[in-house]
Amino acid sequence: MSFSLIFQTLKYNLSYSKNKLLIAIIMAAGPPVVFGHPAEQLAELYRSCPSRQDQVKLLLALFGQKKHLSCPRVFLYGPTGSGKSHVISNILNTLKLPHALVNCVECYTSRLLYDHILNQVAMVTPTPDNDYANYSRCDNMNDFVKTLRTVIEDRELQEETVYIVLDKAERLREMDMNILPAFLRLGELTGCNVCVILLTEIVWEKFRAGTGVCEPLVLHFPDYTKDELLEILSLDCPAGYTKDFYMSYVNIVLSVFYMACRNLNEIRHLAVLNFPKFCEPIKKGEASEEDVHKLWRNIEPHLRKALQTVYLREVSSAQWERMQEEAAAQETLVTNIKTLTGKVNMELPFYSKFLLIAAYLASYNPARTDRRFFLKHAGRTKKTVQQMKRDERASSQLLGPKPFPLDRLMAIFYSIVEGKVAPTANIYSQISSLVTLRLMTQVGSDDQLDGSKFKCTVGLDFMRSIARTVNFDIIRYLYDFV
Amino acid sequence: MSKRKSSGSAVVSESACYLELQKVLRQQIYKISAPCDVDGESDLDKPRRHLLDLIQRCSSMGESNSALIIGPRGAGKTMLLSSVLEDLKENRDFRDNVLEVHLNGLLQTDDRIALKEITRQLQLENVVGDRVFGSFADNLAFLLEALKKGSRDSQAVLFVLEEFDLFAHHKNQTLLYNLFDIAQSQQAPITVIGLTCRLDVIELLEKRVKSRFSHRQIHLFNSLTFDQYLEVFESLLTLPSEFSDKKFCAKWNKHVQNLSEDQGVTSILKKLYDTSKDIRTLKTFLMLPVARISPSHPRLEMADFVEAHKLLTADSKSNTLHGLSVLELCLVVAMRRLSDIFVNQPFNFQMVYNEYQKFVQTRSHAVQSFDRPVVLKAFEHLQQMELVRAAEGSGTGGRGQKEFRPMLLMIDKSQLMQAIQKYPACPTEAQARVQV
Repeated sequence: MSFSLIFQTLKYNLSYSKNKLLIAIIMAAGPPVVFGHPAEQLAELYRSCPSRQDQVKLLLALFGQKKHLSCPRVFLYGPTGSGKSHVISNILNTLKLPHALVNCVECYTSRLLYDHILNQVAMVTPTPDNDYANYSRCDNMNDFVKTLRTVIEDRELQEETVYIVLDKAERLREMDMNILPAFLRLGELTGCNVCVILLTEIVWEKFRAGTGVCEPLVLHFPDYTKDELLEILSLDCPAGYTKDFYMSYVNIVLSVFYMACRNLNEIRHLAVLNFPKFCEPIKKGEASEEDVHKLWRNIEPHLRKALQTVYLREVSSAQWERMQEEAAAQETLVTNIKTLTGKVNMELPFYSKFLLIAAYLASYNPARTDRRFFLKHAGRTKKTVQQMKRDERASSQLLGPKPFPLDRLMAIFYSIVEGKVAPTANIYSQISSLVTLRLMTQVGSDDQLDGSKFKCTVGLDFMRSIARTVNFDIIRYLYDFV
Repeated sequence: MSKRKSSGSAVVSESACYLELQKVLRQQIYKISAPCDVDGESDLDKPRRHLLDLIQRCSSMGESNSALIIGPRGAGKTMLLSSVLEDLKENRDFRDNVLEVHLNGLLQTDDRIALKEITRQLQLENVVGDRVFGSFADNLAFLLEALKKGSRDSQAVLFVLEEFDLFAHHKNQTLLYNLFDIAQSQQAPITVIGLTCRLDVIELLEKRVKSRFSHRQIHLFNSLTFDQYLEVFESLLTLPSEFSDKKFCAKWNKHVQNLSEDQGVTSILKKLYDTSKDIRTLKTFLMLPVARISPSHPRLEMADFVEAHKLLTADSKSNTLHGLSVLELCLVVAMRRLSDIFVNQPFNFQMVYNEYQKFVQTRSHAVQSFDRPVVLKAFEHLQQMELVRAAEGSGTGGRGQKEFRPMLLMIDKSQLMQAIQKYPACPTEAQARVQV
């Protein structure tokens, strides 16, 4: 297994160098030129958007020159971290095109959306100097279109294309139904040369609604391939190490994470975070930079641990770094980590614990089996094969908790709790406090007192740890496990 | 080549030619003002004459009218109207005698905004001033009163309502009622023209509104034959005779003519024509090839059209699947299996996880086994990409546990097969599992 991985690493290195050669050949022939754009600006663009040359070229061709009409509506989609916003904002900033770049998550009302766009097009920034005043007040689409037209006339941009980029455009669907269609024909409505660009992860088919809209030009940003990821990651090689050394490290990181995650941002974050650990043996003098096998053996379990903790954000990045330092100082492994989900032992009162156990049993056991589990002399019945097959399909561990009435909860509670417990107000108030703690939920809350049903919403692991504290063997009472 | 080297000015003028070509072709393709003379002369002629006659009668004889132009998106409704208005505006009498009010259902989302917009477009803002009016009808009546008392007696007003069906969703349809009512009864000559893409728009109107409407409907359909379609294609790319460099222009037009006779190009256009006949799709299709024209790429080639067609017809779902990680793809495969076994039954995360576990344990050694929380994260990513959606009637919303929320897969089996074939380094186990 380990040898095969090393072999894989070697192979990637080889393919990478081949790739580099290819890039070098292409570069020698000069980067692709786009008609009407100065070469130095293009070179800068290509440098700042690695592995996105084709897309940049395509977009520049579509945008055309400043005085030309530009493609009126573009819809860009692609997976998270494929560089959609980065490429667009780089193009607009490098070529100094008049634009407005708005994130639709920030604009939870349509008015905020209008204000942001107008401010950016008119180049007004709300600051303390102008009392955080917006360019102008507009409440509806009608005012927005009118104001946009005057802004463009004021800045004398009638000839040029004004770009309006709406990032996270899937949020536009949740706003008023006239907003998305109106933005898609903004050029016609204002009578100006406006290009609207929508950026999103979701496919265009999910945006169509009502009587239809002007169909935009749909472009796809593909995900980065493994080679491209390597190339981009190698750009943040820290000073003091050779590029090849860092590449071999990145290869190991990818071998652990690539199967589960292709998001560039995530992998990059993890690579930067774990690099000190990788270099540790070299600092201590235990291994040299060429000692690939030793370095790999050192880092691999560490990275697997990171997949279970940092990747899931159960341990914060700062905490992870601190732990690495401590572990390096004491020369111990990072094993005893308290994670967020590790803290399942919640402090509950004694009867609350039993109430919760009763709720769990009531939720996950069918009511017809209560007699068998909780009555003293009910006579055990064996499951038949046929029954077992049927139960496997309808297992409540698979389908989730079922609602139960309060009476059943109390009946189970009295049968499992030892000693005599008076049904005082205390007990009932504990039930409602379990509901406020979200350990139980009320289903169909039509009536508070009479006939209300509940559901237990905790997992089996949590329940077992609770049951252990009161010495109750919950597995013996669960129908699915008998 | 030798010519270019000999005189630097020739190169400059050549690139200037391409600049102008880009400018002209972009005008033709991106703007809504299509060259309207080619769009099936015979088909558009009748509605055009009808409309022309209608508007003219309003301006010259003071007759009030109402009409609806109905047709699918991209059928040329706005173009037809604007070309008619352009024709009419050449007549000085018409220009002096008619005021135009353009409203759009997307912009004027309620009657208050619409009324303000009418006042603005009739340039009556100073007259209305700060006066507060009683009712909507009073306001409108005042507007028309003011119109009548304007500089010339009884100027005609032409109301153009784009996205007419959205106006029918206003409260009580007050605006429509009043407009049609004035067209029916009062003296001020007005013409109301609605543009819509809903064929059943009449059914949306209230009874009293419907009875005041004249039921004049003009239907526009994309009824181009393929030969006409080819003509449109050619005319969209042809440079007009006003082009500055005549030699270049002639050469280009010859090239375009060759293109439209080319077997390969016509076969692509035929495919496009079979999916949709409207000209807007054709224009979108042409955007990319035209954007590529430059001195270094002086001719439109077959490859440009092939690429543009591929871009236009690409299946976006399988594109999205391509960007998933191996784990996410395995989950999609598991979900597909679940929805094949229990037809039309929603599933939850727990079932998917069990299926995935079975898959990892029994068949595959190459597929890494991941912890439950990592799988849950992948599942949530799929949910965020809207490849999986919550089944209807799950009701509980945020209250239930996310593991047990009923879900539905939004991917077809054929899409998944297609995506898996294109997926780089796809584990063979996953492939085998789909085909079972």
